Amino acid sequence: MTEIPAVAPGLYDEMLRGEGARAHYQAYLDWLKKTPDATLEQKHREADTLFRRFGITFNVYGEEEGTERLIPFDLIPRIIPADEWQKLELGLRQRVSALNRFLHDIYHDQEILKAGIIPAEQVLTNQQFQVAMLGVDLPGETYAHITGVDLIRASDGEYYVLEDNLRTPSGVSYMLENRKMMMRLFPELFLSQSVAPVEHYPNLLLDTLQSAIEADSPCVVVLTPGRYNSAFFEHAFLAQQMGVPLVEGADLFVQKGCVFMRTTTGSRRVHVIYRRIDDAFLDPLAFNPDSMLGVPGLLSVYRDGNVILANALGTGVADDKSIYPYVPDMIRFYLDETPILNNVPTWQCRKEEDLNHVLENLHELVVKEVHGAGGYGMLIGPKASRDEIEQFRQLLQQNPANYIAQPTLCLSTCPTMVAEGIAPRHIDLRPFVLTGREIRLVPGGLTRVALRDGSLVVNSSQGGGTKDTWVLEGSPC
Amino acid sequence: MLSRTANNIYWMARSLERAENMTRLLDVSHNMALMPNSRGGQQELLAPLSITGRRDQFHARHDKVSTEALLEFFLFDESNDGSIFSCIQLARANAHSVRDRLSAEAWESINTTWLELRHRRHRSINHEGVKGLFDWIKQRSHEFRGAAYGTMLHNDAFLFMRLGTFIERADNTARILNAKLEVMAGERDSNQAIDFYQWNALLQSLGAYEAYHYSYTGGLSARNVTELLILSAQLPRSLRYCVGAIMEQLSSIEGSQGLAAKRLCSELHARLQYGEVDYILEFGLHDYLNDLLRRINTIGDEIHRSYWEGA
Repeated sequence: MTEIPAVAPGLYDEMLRGEGARAHYQAYLDWLKKTPDATLEQKHREADTLFRRFGITFNVYGEEEGTERLIPFDLIPRIIPADEWQKLELGLRQRVSALNRFLHDIYHDQEILKAGIIPAEQVLTNQQFQVAMLGVDLPGETYAHITGVDLIRASDGEYYVLEDNLRTPSGVSYMLENRKMMMRLFPELFLSQSVAPVEHYPNLLLDTLQSAIEADSPCVVVLTPGRYNSAFFEHAFLAQQMGVPLVEGADLFVQKGCVFMRTTTGSRRVHVIYRRIDDAFLDPLAFNPDSMLGVPGLLSVYRDGNVILANALGTGVADDKSIYPYVPDMIRFYLDETPILNNVPTWQCRKEEDLNHVLENLHELVVKEVHGAGGYGMLIGPKASRDEIEQFRQLLQQNPANYIAQPTLCLSTCPTMVAEGIAPRHIDLRPFVLTGREIRLVPGGLTRVALRDGSLVVNSSQGGGTKDTWVLEGSPC
Repeated sequence: MLSRTANNIYWMARSLERAENMTRLLDVSHNMALMPNSRGGQQELLAPLSITGRRDQFHARHDKVSTEALLEFFLFDESNDGSIFSCIQLARANAHSVRDRLSAEAWESINTTWLELRHRRHRSINHEGVKGLFDWIKQRSHEFRGAAYGTMLHNDAFLFMRLGTFIERADNTARILNAKLEVMAGERDSNQAIDFYQWNALLQSLGAYEAYHYSYTGGLSARNVTELLILSAQLPRSLRYCVGAIMEQLSSIEGSQGLAAKRLCSELHARLQYGEVDYILEFGLHDYLNDLLRRINTIGDEIHRSYWEGA
């Protein structure tokens, strides 16, 4: 009964191909077609009420303190067949291993710089490069314990890595809550299809964090900036799911070379801090002196190896847009393997040749600031006015090293419930990779969806929504 | 557990209990104000203001004492931090920052109350509606207590929650008793009927109406009401019961902290356990209650000092 609109030409749709469905979506589409609109609408309202009641929200900066919003949740899942996921998983493992090797290398022997693979100034003058980390040995040489990798699928049907997030990637709580909601609303779908489980993620995370330090029953905590932070729900959620304390900076203090927390029975030693605050706010003695969020003296304890930070200090240097183009080279250099996942082709404006190409083709490229984030400080060529293009041309000529450029890739679409009914909307995917004694991940990730027609912006802070992500076990190759 | 978490849970419970107490008090005042010979209920209407010590704050915002102004002030006025709205808002904020230590059902209960209360605030409240609102708040309070009791580990988080509840409740019972004495004193020339309604109202505001009639025969008397509300070992809002519960939670909390609070509490409990109503009345109820309030405050201060300032 439900109508599914056709796919626009030139787009890759996750569910539909030509007149029919892709094989791994067939069973779902059959179900969807015979499900009345009214049922879906009612489930949609139910999900909304439940999310609000559970308080599954994010806080919006720049608005009245404590403004909590729901992230719009879409009922139609993004489905990935098993074989496709297997390839993605291999690619993610490979990528994250190389990134961890890179971080260890640049804070130790800097072989990759000596070999001339990455220009030394790209790394050493990077704002995220932490001199304090030089020569510091971390257990297992692990820097990024938790990595969120943003993937898109382009019109050619191929996946591309858009960005690696190695600081404090968020969203995993929505991945877990979305699954819980779908199982509650549509139990029959889970009975008829084998959707790979993701619910054990908090166990894997706790195990990863505990194994990050050599200690008997190490004390793990989650460090949050507090309940006004946009991702506070996630911080509290993860602490609760792991059964560990959720602490704020003021709960911790440094004494005799160790970190302790204030408890009702006195002070208690802390071994591993899953920190959800940025480097600059971690230790007012070492970094931003005005920060009330961190713990004075934390850095020196950390450098002595008496506490573990996850992720390590200084991981940001590896997820910068100026380093991103080199990740395939890292894979070849450290692992001697061929990269499995594609990078988006990137022109580095600091190279004269690349700059010339970019200046000639501004109207069809996306130009991004190297340190920009959240969709700010960028030019989207095909959508920009003549004036905007000229303005960016000047910016580029003044400071070319501050910019990279990429072709405008069109994100794949997935049918999504919007006000007008079901319509295709652009999506991306953020799987979460855990690095401990081994690299582990749960099948799937967080699928974000741009809810406005034609929009490519999936960020929740800019009105994006989320979908449950299903990896089908034993689905056809 | 984390000191800050214990503190937040304790204040969450205090605020919730305060909201419930405020509701009970308003409910009774509202009833009394509707009585035919209560002279417009002036004395009754003043009771919530004197109990909460907010007369000045109220007069700064309202010219005269009326049922409407009072309801407005104590139900939804955000500038009054003792209003039901403010209490629930604070309780929810505290719960939010420690939601990882509450069971999902306890958290959802308090979050739902908060969302619904904001919704109800948008509609105007009239005489018919206000009764329903009072009932609803009391029900929500019961529901939270039930969810917490039935789904949370009865560990330190739970003990600090109960501690907050009983400190607030003991304080409330003592204050209500004190204020009622004032009202009664102002109506010395009144007839038996008014006395009857006054005592009844007092019992109802503390949810002790049935308990009284179960415990005593032969009508309402000041002596019996005093005995029940101060010395009963079984009435959950009596002072003895509350202080006993505080003592119990304190001794169950892990660790050796809180010695001073434990000592003061045991001492106070012994006084109540072996107390006699005739002695109390002879001593002077007013002075007795003031002394008790001061002791409860000191216990609260000691809890602060040893559990969240000491570490």
